Amino acid sequence: MQTTAINDSAELNGTEVGQAAGDSDQFLTFIMNNEEYGVNILCVQEIRGWESATPLPNAPSHVKGVINLRGTIVPIIDLRQCFGLDAIEYTPVTVVIVLKVETANGSRIMGIVVDAVSEVYTIGGQEMKAAPDLGDAVDTDYIRGLVDVDDKMVILLEIDKLLSMDELPDLSEVSKTLNASNH
Amino acid sequence: MSVDLSQFHQVFFEESFEGLDSMESALMELDPDAIDAETINCIFRAAHSIKGGSATFGFNVVSEFTHVLETLLDEVRSGTRSISADDVDLLLQSVDCLRDLLGSIQSESDIDTSRSDELKQEFEKILAGDSAGVSAADGSSAGDSSAPAKVATTQENTPDVAPVSHNGWRIEFKPSADILATGNEPLRMFRELATLGEVSVSCSINTLPALTNMDPESCSLSWVLDVITNEEKAQLEEVFEWVSDESDIIISPFKVDEAVEKVTASDISGWFIHFQPNKDMLRTGNEPSRLFRELAELGDMAVSVNTSKLVSFAALEPECCYLSWDVSLVGEIEKSSVEHIFEWVMDEAVVDIAPLSQQQTIEKTQSTAPIANISVAKEEQSQSVDQPNPPATVASNDQAPVAAKTNAPAKARAPSKAGESSSIRVAIDKVDNLINMVGELVITQSMLGQIGNNFSEDQLSRLREGLSQLEHNTRELQESVMRIRMLPISFAFSRFPRMVRDLSRRLGKQIELELLGEQTELDKTVMERIGDPLVHLVRNAVDHGIETPEERVAAGKKAGGKITLNAYHQSGNVVIEIIDDGRGLSRQKLIEKALRQQLISQAEATSMSDIQVYDLIFHPGFSTAQAVSDVSGRGVGMDVVKRNIQELNGSVDIKSEENVGTTITIRLPLTLAILDGQLVRVGNNTYIFPLVSIVESMQIDDASVNLVAGGCEVFQLRDEYVPIVKLYEVFNINPDSTHLRDSLLVVVESDGNKVGLVVDELEAQQQVVIKSLEQNYHRIEGVSGATILGDGTVSLILDIPGIVKIAGVKHRMNNSMYGSHQQSEHAINIH
Repeated sequence: MQTTAINDSAELNGTEVGQAAGDSDQFLTFIMNNEEYGVNILCVQEIRGWESATPLPNAPSHVKGVINLRGTIVPIIDLRQCFGLDAIEYTPVTVVIVLKVETANGSRIMGIVVDAVSEVYTIGGQEMKAAPDLGDAVDTDYIRGLVDVDDKMVILLEIDKLLSMDELPDLSEVSKTLNASNH
Repeated sequence: MSVDLSQFHQVFFEESFEGLDSMESALMELDPDAIDAETINCIFRAAHSIKGGSATFGFNVVSEFTHVLETLLDEVRSGTRSISADDVDLLLQSVDCLRDLLGSIQSESDIDTSRSDELKQEFEKILAGDSAGVSAADGSSAGDSSAPAKVATTQENTPDVAPVSHNGWRIEFKPSADILATGNEPLRMFRELATLGEVSVSCSINTLPALTNMDPESCSLSWVLDVITNEEKAQLEEVFEWVSDESDIIISPFKVDEAVEKVTASDISGWFIHFQPNKDMLRTGNEPSRLFRELAELGDMAVSVNTSKLVSFAALEPECCYLSWDVSLVGEIEKSSVEHIFEWVMDEAVVDIAPLSQQQTIEKTQSTAPIANISVAKEEQSQSVDQPNPPATVASNDQAPVAAKTNAPAKARAPSKAGESSSIRVAIDKVDNLINMVGELVITQSMLGQIGNNFSEDQLSRLREGLSQLEHNTRELQESVMRIRMLPISFAFSRFPRMVRDLSRRLGKQIELELLGEQTELDKTVMERIGDPLVHLVRNAVDHGIETPEERVAAGKKAGGKITLNAYHQSGNVVIEIIDDGRGLSRQKLIEKALRQQLISQAEATSMSDIQVYDLIFHPGFSTAQAVSDVSGRGVGMDVVKRNIQELNGSVDIKSEENVGTTITIRLPLTLAILDGQLVRVGNNTYIFPLVSIVESMQIDDASVNLVAGGCEVFQLRDEYVPIVKLYEVFNINPDSTHLRDSLLVVVESDGNKVGLVVDELEAQQQVVIKSLEQNYHRIEGVSGATILGDGTVSLILDIPGIVKIAGVKHRMNNSMYGSHQQSEHAINIH
């Protein structure tokens, strides 16, 4: 049931962006390397503090391991490393956002490690700007749009696409380019 | 109104497959020489429901086929046809055919009707074959049943059509209360009826109010008129034409010599009770007069005593009851309330409760002197119908409802069986048990919550108590939940009687199949996946194990062979044994074959233990059958069996003695959700080895390790060389020590080859609950799943074949010669 609901909302959101409808979505934003990123709040299952994860053998470096989330095995992904940012040391105040993402193989629960959780914004479809074309080299499918909140740029992520990508993108380059093009 | 029937299709298919299963097992039980009525009924019922269901959903192929089947079964059931062993075969084939038909309908694939048509023709041939006897019986029974049915249902029944079947009409005439006010006069109508034929009228006064409440202008009476006439129904209806709006009129055909007549509820004005206590009823503390007093409270009552059984005064025993009573109870009384009064004496007395119609009087029954049998009295009463009796005494119609009640067939519930479908049937007691336990859990939780709310040191003991209770509850709950998935192994065994029967016929062998421990419970998933391996093993036993009767007799055994399937629980495992008393495995033949296939060397052949030799049959492509038959012997099978069982974390062993028999023992975990694990530590990581795969573990010194070319290390374990795989290398983690002498070697078996895995430390052995990694992540080579340890951390369960594969790949990348057991041994030889 829940899966369907999320499916529906994802579809709904997708059309909203295109049509610049009056309806608005809520986004949870988080900070990484002084950049603010947003994910659809409907994907967010919970926010928890960092706890040590069981490492997986031969896994890529951004996969920190798996944790036990009330009986479910949940992989933890360091979004910093996955965006090519420098790794930072984890402390108990390091935040893990547990997300429910839709992939081709059904819904998956994943945790992403971020620097800090920031705000919840309500963003209307018309406020959202499409991600600029950064050329063929950079895939921007996982960017849902850009939005300015209080003169800050928030990058809204299409988390379903991002976390189901085989090769995670180097976002440091992208954010630099985005910042340059925005200002 | 249109209903989407497709939503019921799934249920229909499930029920039909169940029905076919029960048909099949009933057919297997069926002994053609002594047909058990219940067995044949069971088969018939299954066929009937499938026919009905398929007709409803428009699966005409199925319903037409089942119809023919049903016709044949019906004749067997009614005893007009005997059944031969060939018929049973044919019926079994039709079960298969139906299963195929239903299967193809379910999967919406093309339906192949050639087989069903063929079978249908066979059945029709059988049915037509001795049609002489059958149709005669059929005809007479049809004649019997159809005639009254026609009378009852056909409205325009003319005298020409059924001149003998009825000679009059019964009219039940119940005018509404204000019929008199509309100027209609019942008397006039009755007079008019009298002109049509002979009329006898009875009047029902049970709706008559007390005199003080009586309204002189309203009609409280109703009548039953029996008109003996050849006139048509329409003529009678004409008489009542003017009052049909204001009254209830039922005109039904009336047959004078018909003893049993239809009774409408309005006829019942009370109950006629025949009460004949056993002699010693008084001793049980029951007092007839008390019963009568209670009855009197229900309504007006008249009692007559029958003293015919009264013995002479001298022989009279004061404590015995020699009397019987007939009680007429008048009033609108529920039968159940009458029964309720006699509830306590039902066992000690004969109590007949029959509806009393209208004004049946006690005098009437008394006239038929000794009321030894109440039915005599009834006949007497019903005969009164055709005599022009005074309206006060009219037919008692008491037989019909009683007969209907007692003749209602005790319809036994067909045995329920769940097929290999996605749904699961759970016994209600298991669910109840679960609910109880959840209740307990909630109580414990609230208790702990209370302690937590205002906690102080002195409550520590209560907290401990609560926690231990919680632990207890959780464990019980876990066990109960597991039990929900458990099914008796008879679901897997049920197919074998049929299979063994068919195979042994085809092969000309006499085989008796014995099933033991059918109630042993096994996880549903395990059950589904063990089915095919079991089929292979049983087939092998039938084909290769058991000899032909001639061979058996020559070997000094009795001609009939025996296969036993036995299942039981043993230390957290389910053990399934397939035992045959056939020719057994021949060590010599196995070795010859293995040598020919170059699976073993001549030196090995002499040194191998029996168990190792028997294990050869699990080698891919190995078959000892002299000739490949269509039953088995193609050399695929045993290796597949072994692989399937190993995938279920199970094991398979063979014990055999030539000319005595073979026993194949399968050990399976109770469930796939739980695994017996050995915890091992490598550096900071804890991994879990499935306990079944561990052969042994030991400390080794560097001296017993040889390095073969390319960097692969092998270890000499007794007379074998075992390649060493370093877990820390495979998983790229940091161990405590990279020196072998500081580590432990866990020897595991993977695909029949032994491999030594290097770990830092062995920790506890425990049962672990298997969790899926793939659910939220993807498959990792060398890891089959994950589990949560007692401290809440996640630990990975190792997939031994996967690890060996990774290690092999890594070594090959290092130009190692390591590949498999044989190769490494070969390498040693060169070395």
